[in-house]
Amino acid sequence: MPDTPGHLLIVDDNKVNRLLLSRNVELLGHKASVAENGRIAMEMLQTQPFDLLLLDIEMPEMDGFEVLEAIKATPHLRDLPVIVTSSVEGIDNIVRCIELGAEDYLPKPVNKTLLRARVSSGLEKKRLRDEQKRLLERFATSEVAQDLQESGFAIGGKRTNATVLFCDIRGFTTLSEHLAPEATIELLNTFYTLMFEAVTSNGGIVSLMLGDGLMALFGVPQPLDNTAECAVSAAHEMQNMIAMLNEERLAAEQDGFRIGIGIGTGEVVAGYAGTNNRATYTCIGSTVNLAARLEAETKNTGNGILVDQATLDLLQTPEVKKAFPKTRIKGLHTPVDIHAL
Amino acid sequence: MSDGTIDLEIFNELKDATGADFAAELVATFLDEAPVMIADLKAAITSADAEGYRRAAHSIKSNANTFGATALADQAREVELGDLPKDGDTTAADAVEALFDTAAAALRGLIDA
Repeated sequence: MPDTPGHLLIVDDNKVNRLLLSRNVELLGHKASVAENGRIAMEMLQTQPFDLLLLDIEMPEMDGFEVLEAIKATPHLRDLPVIVTSSVEGIDNIVRCIELGAEDYLPKPVNKTLLRARVSSGLEKKRLRDEQKRLLERFATSEVAQDLQESGFAIGGKRTNATVLFCDIRGFTTLSEHLAPEATIELLNTFYTLMFEAVTSNGGIVSLMLGDGLMALFGVPQPLDNTAECAVSAAHEMQNMIAMLNEERLAAEQDGFRIGIGIGTGEVVAGYAGTNNRATYTCIGSTVNLAARLEAETKNTGNGILVDQATLDLLQTPEVKKAFPKTRIKGLHTPVDIHAL
Repeated sequence: MSDGTIDLEIFNELKDATGADFAAELVATFLDEAPVMIADLKAAITSADAEGYRRAAHSIKSNANTFGATALADQAREVELGDLPKDGDTTAADAVEALFDTAAAALRGLIDA
């Protein structure tokens, strides 16, 4: 058998057909499971992974067309290749299957050579899609990958509410002057590992890495219950992690460092910007600008975390260290109320 | 068995591809299941269930084709594509049943051989 064995689900209401298809699939070196109708098949697909579906059309309870529609509507099943095996009459029905996303159509009785070829190409497609998904998740966050899979790729943004967090290493230039380039990269890698962990464990995504800092988004592309709470919780985790890292560094007689974090909440425009060939998921708008300015402002106030009024208003139990009412911030026209947490 | 009831080329191909034991098991399954499908077909006439009528005929056609029971498959296909008979007329269903009986006898002969 040249193929890597796959696990196929055979859906057919007719016992002779189920037995025969299972036998043929097993003779090709694959594993076969069977379902008697569409409803049972959908239940099995929810609980265990399959590589390919061989689907009959004419079935009681839930027919093949309904299964194709249900699969299309389920994000984690959308990549599952489906080969329709049926003796339905009429080219219309075949066209309908293909339009509903079926990979292929094999008339019954199924020709063994054709079955082998179609199963083999279906499994190969599944393998490539899985690989693509893994690559996508490596270069984008899994939330963005999921958004891409659910909504497809389209340049352009949509308006939504989100919380934006900027974080930056204080005095990184000075710090790196005392370090070998390799040690600087190592420090950055440690920094990013810790910061990513803090962001993702609180439901956010890191949308940009900026030299010695990053921009994180909470509430896009996937909605969150309380974006401000998540971002502030991530910010506290970031500060705690840096404190722990500094203890280790001081014990190893290395210089410690500090980070500044700015957080803003409000309307943003989020989406894919760039060209059709090279694009990035990003977020723009005055909220993004405000968060970036607040992060810069931490240098002036000397605080670790600065948030805007909208973020503070959303917190259940805010612990404000200091309030800075009507503060003039570089780049902003009107003074704003900001708070150190 | 060369009276044309079973297309031997199709039947032997099935046997070669899946193994004689498996083919015998598959025939036995068909002989068990087909009477149920024929009963479904007749019940659908009585209850004027056009969809059930078509689906039963469709299943018989599909299985008959698997074993090379060409005459049975052709009759079942005609039923599948035809309208639900009026006034409980079972002529077409009876023809399916008669052709099934002939095909069943021929298939039994083939797996015992």
